[in-house]
Amino acid sequence: MASLDLTTIDGVRGALASGEVPAREVCRASLESIEAQNSSLNAFNLVATEQALGRAEALDRLAPSERGPLHGVPIAIKDNMCTRGLATTASSRILEGYLPPYDATVVERLERAGAVVVGKTNCDEFAMGSSNENSAFGPARNPWDPTRTPGGSSGGSAVAVAAGIVPAALGSDTGGSIRQPASLCGIVGLKPTYGRVSRYGLLAFASSLDQIGPLTRTVGDAATLLSVLAGPDPRDATAARTAVPDYRAALSGELAGARIGVPRAFVGEGVDTEVRAAFDAALDLMASSGAMLVDIDLPHARYAIPVYYLVATAEASSNLARYDGVRYGYRTPDARTLENMYFRTRDEGFGAEVKRRIMLGTYVLSAGYYDAFYLKAQQVRTLIRRDYEQAFARVDVVAMPTSPTPAFRLGEKTDDPLQMYLADVFTVSANLSGLPAISVPCGFSGGRLPIGFQLTGRAFDESTLLRIAGAYERRTEWTKERALVRPPSLA
Amino acid sequence: MSATLTREDVVRIAELAHLELTEDEITLFTRQLGDILHYAEQVQAVDTTGVPPTSHVLAGEPIERTDARVPCLDRDEAIVAAPDAAQEAGLFRVPQVIG
Repeated sequence: MASLDLTTIDGVRGALASGEVPAREVCRASLESIEAQNSSLNAFNLVATEQALGRAEALDRLAPSERGPLHGVPIAIKDNMCTRGLATTASSRILEGYLPPYDATVVERLERAGAVVVGKTNCDEFAMGSSNENSAFGPARNPWDPTRTPGGSSGGSAVAVAAGIVPAALGSDTGGSIRQPASLCGIVGLKPTYGRVSRYGLLAFASSLDQIGPLTRTVGDAATLLSVLAGPDPRDATAARTAVPDYRAALSGELAGARIGVPRAFVGEGVDTEVRAAFDAALDLMASSGAMLVDIDLPHARYAIPVYYLVATAEASSNLARYDGVRYGYRTPDARTLENMYFRTRDEGFGAEVKRRIMLGTYVLSAGYYDAFYLKAQQVRTLIRRDYEQAFARVDVVAMPTSPTPAFRLGEKTDDPLQMYLADVFTVSANLSGLPAISVPCGFSGGRLPIGFQLTGRAFDESTLLRIAGAYERRTEWTKERALVRPPSLA
Repeated sequence: MSATLTREDVVRIAELAHLELTEDEITLFTRQLGDILHYAEQVQAVDTTGVPPTSHVLAGEPIERTDARVPCLDRDEAIVAAPDAAQEAGLFRVPQVIG
């Protein structure tokens, strides 16, 4: 089984279609890879060995005509999505021991398509963070350099794909949590349009921003997964009824005539020189392949970080009120009164960043501050959306770096939350505007750390993103690069 | 509005948020939340005269379902995850409410 290629869905499907490799062996190979690498990478909070093998065996008994589009494909799920009977923690102590009684819609859809869930991936607690360091299980580590962050909050999902453990993983993206770790780990990450994918069963962080999407090695695999995930859901009133196109069909498209907007002023400052060079080289390549580069202005994008941290924390403070030690998860021992139980459970159960955000959100919603902070942020959010609407009158997509720097060192930003927030500078505006965005590998730093760039598209136009990203990918070799997993240096 | 966050503010917010913070946490959050709010104040410089707030980004109206009875989670299954479920009574048990 040493030669079994677990890096792409297309590769796994090829192996299974030949009939020589049963789903059970593919599943076992993935589980063995977790076993071999997880002690150094910490990508998984939970490995579903028995359930996964049982499911793979059941799939092997299906007639070829009964096989779904993801038949036998091992997939990892971020640990903030409910999986029936598999512990779901959001990397928080407050959900210690929680076994959801139902599956998230995305999990149901993946399994119906034949995928095998091999485990739940590490993430920042309740998806709040940009480095995976806010996890009760400790940080996941970047396979390109285990002393560095894989990014966050879907860090474990990005690591699982980058290290070749699974060909695809699910993440959630509230302010960049799919795209930034994908960029820092050298893979593809897609945040669909708000409403494209059901959020039922996703542990809510900020309900007007959260969206589930795929992390994969290739653009083609992202299209395959989105086709399975997208569509309406009677259990999520925000899941759109907009028709789901054939995303794979977009992949054969070309760059000729594509109009790519570049917000020069916005991406001109605070970007690492190597990221800048890789981004410029990607633009040059697309231009030389027939795309038109158009200078655009996003005058309010500079306010996206403060707007995001006011809106997202306000929503979080409300969403996380439900964790009170009554219905699920952790409860402080020996509390004498109900109120004392609430207060102590929440103080002991939540980590520092989650408390900070609950506090900030409570503050901006409180009497006397609501208009100056929360309402004002919602108004500036409108201006940020309008900037994009104006841009999309002239261009098909907007290009930016995904992250202003390659992967930073673990511990580098943990003492300064504000510095950590600035890591999201290029990703949050897609969430504030509800637009789809994809991060694609576009190079490496001198220290061999991956660099990615991001394309943002019109609402429900993932096809154009996939077409342009796919055409770029075909002209480069970045997705063929492999992380050389080294044991972490013992400090 | 300038946000000078005091220790008393932090204690008051923690009370609203149902968090019992330690003294060290209060000290740390007073500084960190003050820094973040100071940074976030820049939004107040933006002219938003006549600009409506965005509270959601839905393309159309939220989707409504028909008001019909459908199967839902079984009560026994729903309470089994509780830290202190009174399974036979079908209730969540909590500490004393009135002191």
